[in-house]
Parts: sequence; C-alpha cells; structure tokens
Amino acid sequence: MVCDSWKAKLDTYLDGELPEQELRAFDAHVRGCAPCAADALARVQIKRAIQVAGKRFTPSAEFRKKVRQSVAPTPQRRLRPGWIFTSALALVFVAAALTLTYWATESGRDQLIRNQVYSEIADLHVDSLASSSPVDVVSADRHTVKPWFQGKIPFAFDLPELQNTGFTLLGGRMAYLDQAPGAHLIYDVRKHHISVFVFQERLLPAGLGENSFLPMSLAFRMETWSQNGLRYFVIGDTGVSEIESLAKLFKGN
Amino acid sequence: MGMSGPAPQSDAFEALAMPLFDQLYNFAHWLTQNREEAEDLVQETYTKALKGFSSFQLGTNFRAWMYRILRNTFLTSRSGLAATSTVPLDTEVDGPVLAVENQTPEAILMQLSSSQLLQDAISALPVHFREILLLCEVEEMSYQEIAETLSIPMGTVMSRLARARKTLRDRLRPQFQEG
Repeated sequence: MVCDSWKAKLDTYLDGELPEQELRAFDAHVRGCAPCAADALARVQIKRAIQVAGKRFTPSAEFRKKVRQSVAPTPQRRLRPGWIFTSALALVFVAAALTLTYWATESGRDQLIRNQVYSEIADLHVDSLASSSPVDVVSADRHTVKPWFQGKIPFAFDLPELQNTGFTLLGGRMAYLDQAPGAHLIYDVRKHHISVFVFQERLLPAGLGENSFLPMSLAFRMETWSQNGLRYFVIGDTGVSEIESLAKLFKGN
Repeated sequence: MGMSGPAPQSDAFEALAMPLFDQLYNFAHWLTQNREEAEDLVQETYTKALKGFSSFQLGTNFRAWMYRILRNTFLTSRSGLAATSTVPLDTEVDGPVLAVENQTPEAILMQLSSSQLLQDAISALPVHFREILLLCEVEEMSYQEIAETLSIPMGTVMSRLARARKTLRDRLRPQFQEG
C-alpha cells in the first residue's frame, strides 16, 4: 500500500521526533490523505488515553513527608555542646537586636505618621487662610454653625460658649483628613485666625497622642487631643496661651 | 564531629528532586505493582541519589538521572529481578525499523472508554515495554531522555516503543472484540 511507509513512522511523527524536513513532508501527506489523517487522530487519542490511565498512583502525604525529611539538611543534629552554647548566645543577641530594631522602627513609624497628619492639618489651616471664602457657613452663632454640619459629617460635637473669652467664631466648613470627613471651625482672636478641626478618632491613623501640645514649624502652634471618640486639632499662629485657652474651652474645662 | 553537614548540597538536591516526587512514585508503582514496594523503591532512590548527588553534573538532565537510579534500583530488587527473569526480552532491533499495522486503531479507540481496561492492559505488559511506554506517554520524555534513562541507544528506544505500542494494541483488541 502506498501509505505503508508513512504509517510505519506515524507514531514517531506524533511523538514529535521526526527530523524537521521529514516532518514537513509528513504534515503535507497527512493533510492530503484522509486514511492517514484518521489514523493519526485515533492514535493521538490513544496516546491521551494512555497518558490519563498512566497517571494512576499518588503517594500519601505521610510518605512524602518522610522522604522530604530524609533528604532535608539536618546540621543541627551534629551540634556539639560548645556550638549549642554559642548558638544560644547568638540567638540572645539577635533577639535583643531585633527587639531594639522593632522599637526603633515602631517609634520612627509612629513619628512619621504623626508628622504627616500634623503637616496635613497645617496645610488645611493655611489653605483656609489663603482662601477668599474661608468658611462655608458664615456665622458667629454656634447654634447656627453646629446645625450646618448635620447630615454632612457622621458625628456630632459641641461648640463652646465664647462670651468674654476674646474668641469669635467666624464660621465653619467641611474638611477631609486621610479621607475622613470632619468639621473645620475658624475662630478669631486679636485678628489672628485659629482653626479647630474635629474628626472621628477611629478613622485616623493610630498614635496621634492623647493630649499633646506641639510646636510646629512655620510659626504655627498646635494642640491635639482625643475626647469621646473625637480627635481635635487646634492650630494657629498665635501664642501658646491662645491655643491652650481655646483647647480648654473645647475640652469643657 | 563539627558542623560540616552537606547543607548547601542537600538544599540543592531537595529543590531539584522533590518536584519529581509524585511522578517518580507513580512510575515506581507501575514497575513494582505494589504500594509498599513502590515506597521502598522511591525511598531508596532518593537516598542513593542524595548520596551520589556530588557526582551529578549540573547542567545535565537531572530527571533522566533520577529515573535511571530508580529503574536500576528496581532491576536489582527482588521484584525487579523476578519481573525481568519471567518475561523474555524480545530480540532488540536497533534503528527505526517500525512495525506496520494494517489495522487502524479506530476499532480500539471506539471502545476505549474504560480507563481500568487500559490500566490492566498496561499492567500486563512486560516490564521493559511498560516502562518505555510510560516514560514516553505519561512522563512525555523525548527519545533522547528515554535513551539516557534506560541506557539504550536511540534506535532501540524507537523499535522497543513501537513494539510496546503494538503489543498493547494487540492485547486490547481481543478484549474489545469480546466486549
């Protein structure tokens, strides 16, 4: 038969082991010869069936573990007492170094976060000073300003009574810190503007401090504290006493 | 004795050898036809390979090297000696002298829905046919890799593989005709 010479090499062809030149000739023949094409297809499917049937046995997890342990490096079994002591000492030093590094890293990380937040607060304050309309609700009446925030921020807060304090409420606006919405109130004292920001504590980065007064760069001063789940920031270019006084009013003492 | 353990070499061996674990076990089970013997064979293979890893030349075929160790270990084992002594090895014909089958395998294929039937037929093959068929079809080794693994010439790989396939088909055919 004319196809016998082709069929003798059909399996070799399907194994992908024919030389390049012979492979091209074989391809051309199979494309034009229906019986050889059908035979090739059937043999491919038998190959696949053998492949599936041949993947029959799976080792147990226990056996795999046993073999893995037998080939894994186990230098610790050869340790002498001297090495054990040296290793233990080294471990103590490493642990101490890691602890110190951790503290240093934690401390540094917290400081970095604090600085970022304070810097953003200062930016918000400066932005309002530079704006032609620093407040969205213009009123010296706290009973007007406070309701303006209803429905705009997901929390409520109290505004202090300012009578005989030297502070004047100019109004308020929305502010966002670390994508958390909050209230931005602006007060006047001796022609200086002081901003008070109020945000939900849980939405801000941790480690901002419970009650801290912070001398800021660019002549700003700021005090921040946490009270009843809210985080307050009071910032301005006034003296320390004005910042502290306004903060005390908000704290209610 | 100090800390002179062969850790780096052992690390390299583990990284190379453990990915082959499942397929080596499968091959060992096909050879021994017994779970416990397959486990012993694989364990011994890994132990021997680790011990001789320093002699393995990096850049050469590690898979073929592992299979060769496994197969040689099997051939010298009790079940391996029994398997090769009870089945006479056909006369090997080197070179691409391949069998011509006038019957197409379509008749087999039409009824090849039973994997169990096929597994039984593979199990019943003489060990030298079984191993070469599995290395080619299941492990998808090239003829060159098979030649390295079985330590035989390429021509012998081709002729033995052709005879293994023909034997399998011949053995499947009457079963299908009965069915």
